[in-house]
Amino acid sequence: MLDKNGIAQRIAKEIRDGYYVNLGIGIPTLVANYIPEGINVVLQSENGLLGMGPFPFEGEEDADLINAGKQTITTLPGSSIFDSALSFGMIRSQKIDLTILGAMEVSENGDIANWKIPGKMVKGMGGAMDLVASAKNIIVAMQHVNKAGESKLLPKCTLPLTGVNCIKKIVTELAVLDILPEGGFKLIERAPGVSVDFIRQSTTGKLLADDNVPEMVLS
Amino acid sequence: MINKVVSGAEEAIKDIEDGSTLMLGGFGLCGIPENCITALVKKGVKELTCISNNAGVDDFGIGLMLQQRQVKKMVSSYVGENAEFERQLLSGELEVELIPQGTLATRCMAAGYGMPAIFTPAGVGTEVAEGKEIRNFKGKDYLMEYAFDADFAIVKAWKGDTAGNLIYRSTSRNFNPVMAMAGKITIAEVEELVEAGELDPDQIHTPGVFVHRIFQGANYEKRIEQRTVRTRG
Repeated sequence: MLDKNGIAQRIAKEIRDGYYVNLGIGIPTLVANYIPEGINVVLQSENGLLGMGPFPFEGEEDADLINAGKQTITTLPGSSIFDSALSFGMIRSQKIDLTILGAMEVSENGDIANWKIPGKMVKGMGGAMDLVASAKNIIVAMQHVNKAGESKLLPKCTLPLTGVNCIKKIVTELAVLDILPEGGFKLIERAPGVSVDFIRQSTTGKLLADDNVPEMVLS
Repeated sequence: MINKVVSGAEEAIKDIEDGSTLMLGGFGLCGIPENCITALVKKGVKELTCISNNAGVDDFGIGLMLQQRQVKKMVSSYVGENAEFERQLLSGELEVELIPQGTLATRCMAAGYGMPAIFTPAGVGTEVAEGKEIRNFKGKDYLMEYAFDADFAIVKAWKGDTAGNLIYRSTSRNFNPVMAMAGKITIAEVEELVEAGELDPDQIHTPGVFVHRIFQGANYEKRIEQRTVRTRG
């Protein structure tokens, strides 16, 4: 079973040289720490920055320079800064190659819910609805089950949706799964030491698995 | 050159009345019009509709106006950092319209560009789409979203000149330029106000034609919401 950093490390392997990537808040942010040597990527932050760099050194924080998670960050050589309308222009016109974001629920036909629990929690969708409606490739990084032990991979989402029929791949602490065009979670890889049966028990939606599902290789 | 300078925040907001619709620039606490928010709290105007990506935190930004119950309705994309906001929302005291961040920005842009509506795929198939017109272009569904109609836009820039030209700094730019274009009356507060002619025309982000009032703000706190650093070595 993986920890959050392990999930991020596995997702980093999906990133190709030359990609422009948008990382959501939470586990997706950690992916930046594991981008392989020699792979050139540009991170987009939807508040208006291309070329997001690491956190600043202590004492060098700049209140005017933050990412979409409101964290202090830095720029890199080649960075550019722009307004919010332009930022979502590059998202809508599919200039961003890959979006990685968290989720509360994902359905077997690729629907995602991640912004609201009616009556309990309302944070808002931020840029997530724009990203999932337009991105060419979307990977969800999340825990396989919620805090109550219930599967977050479902036949149909129960929470208000963020987007429909848009998620292609999920990486959890247990597995890597593709969502098939005809519906269903196709088990691609198991986390080290996790059995297919355990993944099946943790997945409420339709799970498809071949006889031999390989273990993840993280590095 | 037309002079847009007013004496300060109090004069700039003096005709904002109860029930007005305001746009407020900023992303989180980055690039928010601190001086104008302080003046609005002091003036005590109520029943405001505020269009702003976020709602501040409990004790800073728009959170200060929420504490004084000055806001009737918030139009935002993300409000997760504000406990008082969430309390007022869940108790029904505050009317809230949550909309996708790109839709928020582009509805501002449409107003500033003189276009009545936009089509966006964000929110198709979700509760955001309820009651909205859907059009299909090249096989994909899009929602029709109207341009905002705001009485005042209140923005924060880094530098400005007496003609109302604005330059923003780093990611404090965010919603400020599109909101500056979208208000019927646009108020700009800046960290440094200079004479017309001192800013390079090639570097202006917001041309002065969009700005009706400008002043140099005082005592900027520029609070950091999430201070994240790395250690040397």
